[in-house]
Amino acid sequence: MSKSDDRSLGNIKSKPSTTVASNKDLPSISPKQGETGSIASPPKPSSNNTSVQLKSEEADLPQFEKGIIDSLVSKYGDSVKVIYVKPLRIKIEVPSKDIVEIARHIRDESGFDHAESVSATDYPKTGDIEVIYHLGSYTRDDLSSHILSLSTRTDRNNARLPSLIGIFKSVEYHERESFEMVGVYFDNHPRNDRFLLPEDWADIPPLRKEFRIKGR
Amino acid sequence: MSDQEERISETTRLGLEIVKEAEEDRLMTLSVGPQHPGSGHFRFTVKVDGDYIVDCDPDPGYVHRGEEKMCEYRNFIQNIPHLERPVIHDSSNITYSYSLAVEELVKIDVPRRAQFIRAIASELNRQIYTLYWLAIYGIFLGHSTMFMWPTGDRELIIDLMEALTGARVTHAYNIPGGVRNDIPYGFKDRCLRQVSYFEKRLKEYEDIFYNNPLLRQRTEGVAILTKEDAIKLGVTGSVLRASGIPYDIRKAEPYDIYDEIDFNVQYMKTCDSFARAYVPLLDMRESCHIIRQLLDKMPESGEVRAKLQPNPKGPPGEAYRRVESGRGALGYYIVSDGTPKPYRVKISVGSFRNLLALPHLLVGSKLGDMPSVYWSLNYWPVEADR
Repeated sequence: MSKSDDRSLGNIKSKPSTTVASNKDLPSISPKQGETGSIASPPKPSSNNTSVQLKSEEADLPQFEKGIIDSLVSKYGDSVKVIYVKPLRIKIEVPSKDIVEIARHIRDESGFDHAESVSATDYPKTGDIEVIYHLGSYTRDDLSSHILSLSTRTDRNNARLPSLIGIFKSVEYHERESFEMVGVYFDNHPRNDRFLLPEDWADIPPLRKEFRIKGR
Repeated sequence: MSDQEERISETTRLGLEIVKEAEEDRLMTLSVGPQHPGSGHFRFTVKVDGDYIVDCDPDPGYVHRGEEKMCEYRNFIQNIPHLERPVIHDSSNITYSYSLAVEELVKIDVPRRAQFIRAIASELNRQIYTLYWLAIYGIFLGHSTMFMWPTGDRELIIDLMEALTGARVTHAYNIPGGVRNDIPYGFKDRCLRQVSYFEKRLKEYEDIFYNNPLLRQRTEGVAILTKEDAIKLGVTGSVLRASGIPYDIRKAEPYDIYDEIDFNVQYMKTCDSFARAYVPLLDMRESCHIIRQLLDKMPESGEVRAKLQPNPKGPPGEAYRRVESGRGALGYYIVSDGTPKPYRVKISVGSFRNLLALPHLLVGSKLGDMPSVYWSLNYWPVEADR
């Protein structure tokens, strides 16, 4: 009944293990490392900053991953900000108005076919919320170990983003969870309502930073 | 929303068990759960038209513990024990990817022997979880022998884990930098003996349960999840592999020493409820094979734990690491702001991802198939709720 997976055995085994990914590090995401809690500042690699960083470490960049983002950057230009490129991990930031179009391009051209997770993170210091889609691929063997993090930002006082449910059906429950936990409203999502929290929950979204656990 | 629908959702909200509608007298709404009538602490409502399910609305959250928020209040090491709570039966795997992510953030190199021990613990735990799942799957398909046998055999592996970690179920064994303590004297022989016995038992499971004509009739050809739908819904683990996609994180993105281990990804192409129930058995068999190799290749001596600072912290940054757990890919997305406490932790679990397949599969199938379809999804409500 079972069959061995001869097909994918060879090429995947030859890939470098990711355990040592941290050793040769690439540009850190946060430019302001000195301050306390500095992660609250949005990663501002302000396109030319990124390109300088990228150029200086061009030799170290994993070539395959670089190929993936190059096609995106060449098509969408400045609207795609490359936050980091590590072995097997890529993160890009796009403006919320372009995210649906870029996600469609990622699905159709780059080969990422499903979302593994959607995380929303609250940054009160800069007044915005970052939403990250971790995209993976089942269909392409050469991408099966890669995660493309597609991130976007929105104002935390009026957190609204277009939903990616039309592109990736797999984001449905994740976006619903982000809505109730961090309070991001997803336009075009069929149900922005309670999911994990109690139905009579009457407080602010619990993963916002101003929500404190009682007694701590 | 029409008046009718509003009334239905209102009654559903109030938790009324059965609603009969005036106009559409044919449709009946049933509330399944959350008092564990075969669903775990999880509730979903189904609308049935005669024998067929026409609508399904999952309502998880009855065992939500706020793990992600709790993580923000504790440092990287303090987080380990409470992160096991979502799946106590698979506690070595749920802390595994957490450890990997923290190691990437704090930049810790794990000693080679520790990598082997961790992998052994994680494989044994996969079996403990899968046996537990198999027991429940068996009893809800009316096969009480299949409840007794795995529960009894699971006890033997739990004893083994107790010898290894000191705790029966919640081990807190995987920590950033390695494992908590070294393996006890004589563990290798004991483990090999157990694995050999267990392999024999798997054959018996197959004979008595999987080859049972009643089970086959209830599951074969039921609730087909096609390959395309599996990809679209982003399911993972045994559900994905039962739909003909040989995807396993241990192979796709080998962590620790899994790239040195020779094993095959087990998958089936029939895409039905039977395949989803059978792939975990194949996984357990492959897991025995992996454990043998791990025991064989493990260095005889060496460090099992990297030295850490009292309050480990790394530069600001983020990491997303995943492992293959008993229910599929288990990923941690951790954002660090340079302090010893994580700024944000997101746990991406297999159960939550597979939940999307539940309405997809139930709509159109018979009410009588509900237990077999639900349990074939390898769904663990506590993990999905986090």
